[in-house]
Amino acid sequence: MAEKLLEIKNLKTSFRIKDDYFAAVDDVSLNVNKNEVLAIVGESGCGKSALAFSIMGLHTRAKMEGDILYKGENIVGISASKLNKLRGKHMGMIFQDPLTALNPLMIIGDQIGEALLLHNKELSKTQRKEKVINLLNKVGIPRAEYVYEQFPHELSGGMRQRVVIATAIANEPEILIADEPTTALDVTIQSQILDLIKDLKEDMNSGIVLITHDLGVVAEMADRVAVMYAGEIVEIAEVTTLFEEPLHPYTRSLFNSVPNASEEQDRLHVIQGIVPSLQNLPRNGCRFAPRIPWIDGSAHEAHPQLHEIKPGHFVRCTCYKHFHFPEEVRKEEEHHGVS
Amino acid sequence: MWKFSVRRILIMIPQLFVLSLLIFVLAKMMPGDALSGQIDPNIDPERIEELRIEMGWYDPWHEQYASWVGGVMKGDFGMSFRFKMPVTELIGQRIVNSFWLSVATLILTYLIAIPLGITSGRYNDTFRDQLITGYSYVGFATPLFIFALVMLWIFGFQLQWFPTSGSVEPGMQPGTFDYFMSKFYHLLLPALSMALITTFSTILYLRNEIIDTKQKDFILLARSKGASESRVYNQHIFRNSLLPIAAFFGFEITGLIGGSIFIENIFGYPGMGQLLIESISLRDFSVVTATTLLFGVASILGALISDIILSLVDPRIRIK
Amino acid sequence: MGFLKVEDLKVHFPIKGGLFGRTLDYVRAVDGVSFTLEKGKTYGLVGESGSGKSTTGRAIIGLNHVTSGKVYFEDKEITGETKAKSDFRKDIQMIFQDPYSSLNPKKRVIDLVAEPIRNFEKLTRKEERIRVQELLELVGLNPESILKYPHEFSGGQRQRIGIARAIALKPKLIIADEPVSALDVSVQAQVLNFMKEIQDELDLTYLFISHDLGVIKHMCDHIGIMYKGRYVEEGSAKEIFENPQHIYTKRLVAAIPDIDPRKREEMKQFRAEVNTEYEQSYNDYFNEEGLAYGLKPISDTHLVALPEKG
Repeated sequence: MAEKLLEIKNLKTSFRIKDDYFAAVDDVSLNVNKNEVLAIVGESGCGKSALAFSIMGLHTRAKMEGDILYKGENIVGISASKLNKLRGKHMGMIFQDPLTALNPLMIIGDQIGEALLLHNKELSKTQRKEKVINLLNKVGIPRAEYVYEQFPHELSGGMRQRVVIATAIANEPEILIADEPTTALDVTIQSQILDLIKDLKEDMNSGIVLITHDLGVVAEMADRVAVMYAGEIVEIAEVTTLFEEPLHPYTRSLFNSVPNASEEQDRLHVIQGIVPSLQNLPRNGCRFAPRIPWIDGSAHEAHPQLHEIKPGHFVRCTCYKHFHFPEEVRKEEEHHGVS
Repeated sequence: MWKFSVRRILIMIPQLFVLSLLIFVLAKMMPGDALSGQIDPNIDPERIEELRIEMGWYDPWHEQYASWVGGVMKGDFGMSFRFKMPVTELIGQRIVNSFWLSVATLILTYLIAIPLGITSGRYNDTFRDQLITGYSYVGFATPLFIFALVMLWIFGFQLQWFPTSGSVEPGMQPGTFDYFMSKFYHLLLPALSMALITTFSTILYLRNEIIDTKQKDFILLARSKGASESRVYNQHIFRNSLLPIAAFFGFEITGLIGGSIFIENIFGYPGMGQLLIESISLRDFSVVTATTLLFGVASILGALISDIILSLVDPRIRIK
Repeated sequence: MGFLKVEDLKVHFPIKGGLFGRTLDYVRAVDGVSFTLEKGKTYGLVGESGSGKSTTGRAIIGLNHVTSGKVYFEDKEITGETKAKSDFRKDIQMIFQDPYSSLNPKKRVIDLVAEPIRNFEKLTRKEERIRVQELLELVGLNPESILKYPHEFSGGQRQRIGIARAIALKPKLIIADEPVSALDVSVQAQVLNFMKEIQDELDLTYLFISHDLGVIKHMCDHIGIMYKGRYVEEGSAKEIFENPQHIYTKRLVAAIPDIDPRKREEMKQFRAEVNTEYEQSYNDYFNEEGLAYGLKPISDTHLVALPEKG
C-alpha cells in the first residue's frame, strides 16, 4: 500500500454569495500518496481550483468543513501560525499564470529567498543566496547569478514559471500542488515544464496534485486521475484505466469533445447545456443528469454514491450503466423506424 | 534612470512655452496696461501715447512676448497697477507662505490618508472600513469653503485655539524660534482644514489599490510560501499599492492650488491664493498674470515630480 | 490566382528609445510572409506567442500597418486599405479570441450584431430586426434574446454572438484569431462544430489562427507554421503532422501531449531524439540571427524553409 501523505475526508468548501453559503467543493474525499501524480480534471467552475486552494488554506473567506489530514494531522481550521509552518515547507504551490504570480517590485533572488528565509532562520545571507542559485540551476534557468538580480518583467513566461516552481520547491516539500501549471504557456515550453515537474517528483519523492483541464497533460503526467464535475468527484481511476475504460457520462463526454491530434473526427461531441454556476448547482440527485436529458431519469440514483467498480476505480451514480451518446440514439431510432 | 529624468525635463519645455503663451494672450486681452491707474487723468493723452510707444505697447506681439518672457526669466513680472510696486516684491513673501502651507497640507494629507487607506483596504467590508469610507464620502460631499468656515468658526472664534488670520504674530523677530513657532501655529488650522477634506481621494484610492493587490496571484504565492499576514502586507501589498499613490502626487499638488485659493481667503492667510483673488477684484492684471503663471508652473512641476518618484520606485519604468 | 494571396508581407514595429524617442530599431513582427488561400478551405496559421501569426491576420484586414508586401483578395489589391466602407471590408470579417472582452458590454445583442449591417446597408428597423433574428437562429441562439446584454450569455454563446456579427454581411473570408483558446473543452467543441457547419452552408473560407495544434489539425486543410515572423514550413495537414521536415515543426509536433498514457515512455524517447536533433542541427535550419531561411518546395504543396545549399 502506498504511503498516504494527504487524506482528504468529506471536504466541503463553501463561499458566501449574498447571505447564503454555496459549496464549490462538495463532500470530496481523496488521498494523495507519496511519489505519485494525482490529476484533478474538469472544466472551469467544477471546483478543482477551489479544492487546490482549500488544501493550501488559501481561501481567506470560505467556510471549510471536513478534514484534510496531513500525515494524520488535521489541517482544517488550524491556527495561522501553524498553517504557515506547513505552507512553503511541507506543501508548495505552482500557479497558472506566471506573469502575475511574481511580485513585480522584488528581484527574483529575494522572492525565492523568502521561501527559505521563512522556514530556515539559521541560514546566513550568503548561504541563502547560494541555495537560491542552486535552485535556479535546478529548474533549468541559465545564468542563474544574473537572473538572481533581475525583476520578473525581464524574464519570459516560461522562465517566470520556472522561478515560481523554484519557489515552490525551495524547501523540498512533500506535497506539490500545481494549478494549471502550463495552461498559459506555449506547447514547447509546456513539455519542458512538465518534464521538469516529473524530474522534481522523482528527485524529491513528493506527491503532486496536478489540476488541469487538458486531457493530454493528464495522459502524460498522471498516475491517478480524479474527474470533478459541479464540486463533486464523479470518477477516480488509475490513468490507464480511465483513458481506456472511462465510465462516467461526464468523463466520456469530455474525451469525445477534445479534438484529438492522433485521430480523425469530423464532428466533436458537444455536451448539452452549460456548467451551472455556483448558485444554480443541482444539489439533489445526479448533478450531471440535466446535461444528458436523453437518459431516462430512472437510470440515476436518488443519492448518487461513488461505487468501486474495480479495485481503485470509482464512479459516481448508476447512470453510467445506461449511458449512450445521442448520436447513438438517433441510429437506434432510425433502426426502429421512428423519426 | 537619469536618461528618463532628462527626457522628462525636456518634455517640460514645450509645456512651459504653451503655458506662457496662453497667459500672455490672456493678459493682452485684458483691459488696461501698465499705465492704467498710474497716470493722472490730467496728463495730455498725447504724452500717454508717447509713453506707450516708449514702453513697446505697439511693438509686434512676438517682440512683446519675448521681452515679457525675458523679464519673467529674470524674475521681473512688471509693476502692480494698484500697489505701484514691482510684482516680484509683492509676491516674494507670499510665495514662501503658500509653499509652507502646501507642504504642511501635503504632510497632513498623507498622515491621515495612509493609515486610514491601509486599514480600510486591509479590513475591507468590516465596520472599521465602513467608518473610514463613510468619512471619505462625507469629505467628498462637503465643499471645502464651507468646511473651512466651520473649522474657523469652531476652533478660531469659539474655542480660540488657533489664530483667525495672518501668517505670523505681528512684531516677531524673523529667525527666532518663537517666530518659527508662530508661523507654524498660524498655518496649522488652514492646513488641517484643507487636509481633512482633500485626503478623501487618496484614502479611497489607496483602499482600492490594496483591495486590488490583495487578490493578485503573487500574494497567493507569498501566502503559499508560508508568509504570515503581516509579512504579506508589509513586504508585498503595501509597496505595490503605494506605488500609484506616488503617481497621484502631481494631481495632489494641482488640487492643492485650487484649494489654497479658498483656504487662504477664508483664513486671511497672506499667500498666493489670497493675492490672486485680491488682485482679480482690484483689476490688478499684472499681478493676476504673474500668479496664474506661477500656479501653472507649480502644476507642471508637480507632474514632473510624480513621474520622477514613480521612476525611482518602479523597476519596470526604471529600466526603460 | 488564389482567393486571398499574401505576398512577402512585412509588418515592422519601431522600437523607440534614447533621449528624444528616436526609432532605434524595428521589431520584425512579420518578416516576409507569403501564402495563398483556396476558396472554401480552412488555412491554419500556427505558431507560438511572438511568432507573428496574429499580426499577420490583423495586417490582412487592415488593423495593423503593413510595412511592405501586398495582399490581394479576389485578384484585387487590398494592402493597407483602411477605409471602413471598402468592399472587401464586407467580404472579410474577423472573430476574436476573447468572447469576454471583444463585445461591448453596454450594447444589446441586436446592436452588436447589426453594427456591421448598419455600416453597409440601409435597412428599416423591422428589416434589421428580422435579419438579426435570422442570424441568431443560424448561430444557434434564441432569436428572442436580441434585447439581452453580453453578460447574460455564457462564454460559448458570446463567441456565437461574435460569429453572428462576423457573418452578418455574408462575408467570403473569416479570419479567426484564436477563436476557442479562451473556452472550455466542451464549449470549444460546440464552437468548432458550428464553424464547420456554417462553412459548408455559407461557402466560407477560414484563416484559422491558433497555437493549439490539436484544434488546427481538426479544422485545417492547409497549414503554415510561423516562427519569429517567418514561415518555417507550409503544407497540407497530413504533410505537416505526418511528415514534418523542418526541425522547428518536428519539435512543435513532438511537444503535443499524447492522449494515450501507455505511450508515455515512447513519447519521452521520441522527444529526447527530436531535441537532440534540434540542438545538433540548429545551424542547418536557422541563420546567424536565429531566423528561418526562405521556403523551398519539396513537393507540390509542401514547402520548407531551408538554406540555399539545400
